[in-house]
Amino acid sequence: MQAHELREDETVAFDVPELLVDRATHYCPGCHHGVAHRLVAEVLTEMGVAEDTICVSSIGCSVFIYNYLAVDTVEAPHGRAPAVATGVKRARKDKIVFAYQGDGDLASIGLAEIMHAANRGERMTIVFVNNTVYGMTGGQMAPTTLVGQKTTTCPSGRCRDTEGLPMKMAEIIAGLGGVAYSARVSLDSVKHIRAAKKALRKAFDVQQNDLGFGFVEMLSACPTNWRMDAVKANKRIAEEMIPYFPLGVYKDVTEAEGVC
Amino acid sequence: MSSEKTERIFIKGNEAIAHGALAAGCRCYFGYPITPQNDIPEMMSSAIPAAGGEFVQAESEVAAANMLLGAAACGVRAFTSSSSPGVSLMQEAISYMAGSELPGVIVNMNRGGPGLGDIGPSQGDYFQSVKGGGHGDYRTYVLAPATCQECYDMMFEAFDVAYRFRTPVLVLGDAIVGQMKEPVTPWKRDDLDPATEGADWRLQGAKGRPARLLKSLFLEDGALAGQNRNLQAKYEAMKELARAESFETEDADLVVVAFGSIGRIAKSAIRKLRAQGHKVGLVRPVTLFPFPEKVLQDLAAKGKRFLTIEHNCGQMVDDVRLAVRAYCDSDFYGHMPGELPGSDDFLKPILDALGRK
Repeated sequence: MQAHELREDETVAFDVPELLVDRATHYCPGCHHGVAHRLVAEVLTEMGVAEDTICVSSIGCSVFIYNYLAVDTVEAPHGRAPAVATGVKRARKDKIVFAYQGDGDLASIGLAEIMHAANRGERMTIVFVNNTVYGMTGGQMAPTTLVGQKTTTCPSGRCRDTEGLPMKMAEIIAGLGGVAYSARVSLDSVKHIRAAKKALRKAFDVQQNDLGFGFVEMLSACPTNWRMDAVKANKRIAEEMIPYFPLGVYKDVTEAEGVC
Repeated sequence: MSSEKTERIFIKGNEAIAHGALAAGCRCYFGYPITPQNDIPEMMSSAIPAAGGEFVQAESEVAAANMLLGAAACGVRAFTSSSSPGVSLMQEAISYMAGSELPGVIVNMNRGGPGLGDIGPSQGDYFQSVKGGGHGDYRTYVLAPATCQECYDMMFEAFDVAYRFRTPVLVLGDAIVGQMKEPVTPWKRDDLDPATEGADWRLQGAKGRPARLLKSLFLEDGALAGQNRNLQAKYEAMKELARAESFETEDADLVVVAFGSIGRIAKSAIRKLRAQGHKVGLVRPVTLFPFPEKVLQDLAAKGKRFLTIEHNCGQMVDDVRLAVRAYCDSDFYGHMPGELPGSDDFLKPILDALGRK
């Protein structure tokens, strides 16, 4: 996809992975879905499994992932992506299967499906994009909305006494038996994006190596619904989200003895 | 169709569903316990892995139906089973399967409702089964077995229709046909090749071809209208498969219309009344959607009168009335869910209807 033929004194520093469809996205300026899509595309390409991959898209802004990622895709009802992915994987055990879910989809309406798919150790990978709001419907409170954060359905800020604390999914998932890998990463800086890619690769590797369920939570920005510009949104991730949602690997059976 | 018949076996309707599904090439089963259909997941838990397939006890009927959706997207013959409250939970996925044009089979061993109801037989899910059930304009093909042999046989048709039309198919039994035991003759088909089914749309990785997409979201201008027209054309095309069992209708003055187990019990009642010289017959719809309107219309045109008998408070009678509306009406007798019907319960309602000239 290079813009022109390379001259002798030029090298490629940045390119679009072949798996990414070359088109404008519907995502807002500063949204991190584009970065997350790209990481998925890079990892699948580097693993050489892109043509053997089936994607399960979920409900939310990222339902349109199939417009940007050139892999076979089935659309799941809201929250049900891990159940749909279970059906896909059980039907085609020889394929790499992943679901791409947001926080409302995964941590609210789909909590039962994600917990049980993880606990069964389904050989699948979950890309969990946590931006602390329901993006597509206009910025309502999510299960991951921070205490005090204002949204259209908690206009005075989330209250821990009545709305509970934001759910820490990477830690919760790590506590389940069938999980081979669970990590939380962030997409707010180049350094963090590089670390995110490594974590994502591992979450796919454990699936490919039949070790169990792979889970990566990506802290992401939603500048539109946070009512801030992209730079401030990145800053908010670093200053407000990461202190509550610590980055790290919460489970990795490849580092421990035995499998899940 | 070539077939190979084997020795008869004495099994429950639920077990016949499981045996039939396996013989029809089913490779994945997803289920959740609920009475009165537990024999199906119990049997599938060992039988389908032994046949090289996959069994998952899902965390809920919601998840089971979505697992079915996922397996169907891969073009693999798969089914789930449940009973009324559980089938209510599956309606979301069934609507998505209809919208995404995915083939799968859902077995409902109907129990009493509404709510938790009871665990006995009922036909209270007729409307839910034939009018769509979930949100949006869609229909499912619905088969209604009356015998254990039909439970077995209909699994072949269910998968065939599901794949022919790329649509979810329901098998609507009840606690009677699911729990009773009868001799069943198992058979196999040697013309089945599920491995090639859905080759032009199923997901298996985009090797050597453009990526495929299975979805029910259509936001582009005109796209959803187009998809709805496509679905409606499909339901219209299914109509040629509508069928019913007719019994003693030729010289009958009154035709009883009843489906599933109730059709069978009504047949016993009709035999008794025939022995007493009463001219009564039976039409038992075998497909509930498409509804066998033509069979009823033809009888109505000959001047027959009708009595619809159901194990509910009046659901299929609406479709009977629509079918015969150009000629006559239909009487109705509803046996209340929560009470088990016997053939003697139907004698008086039939004689009453016969006497109302």
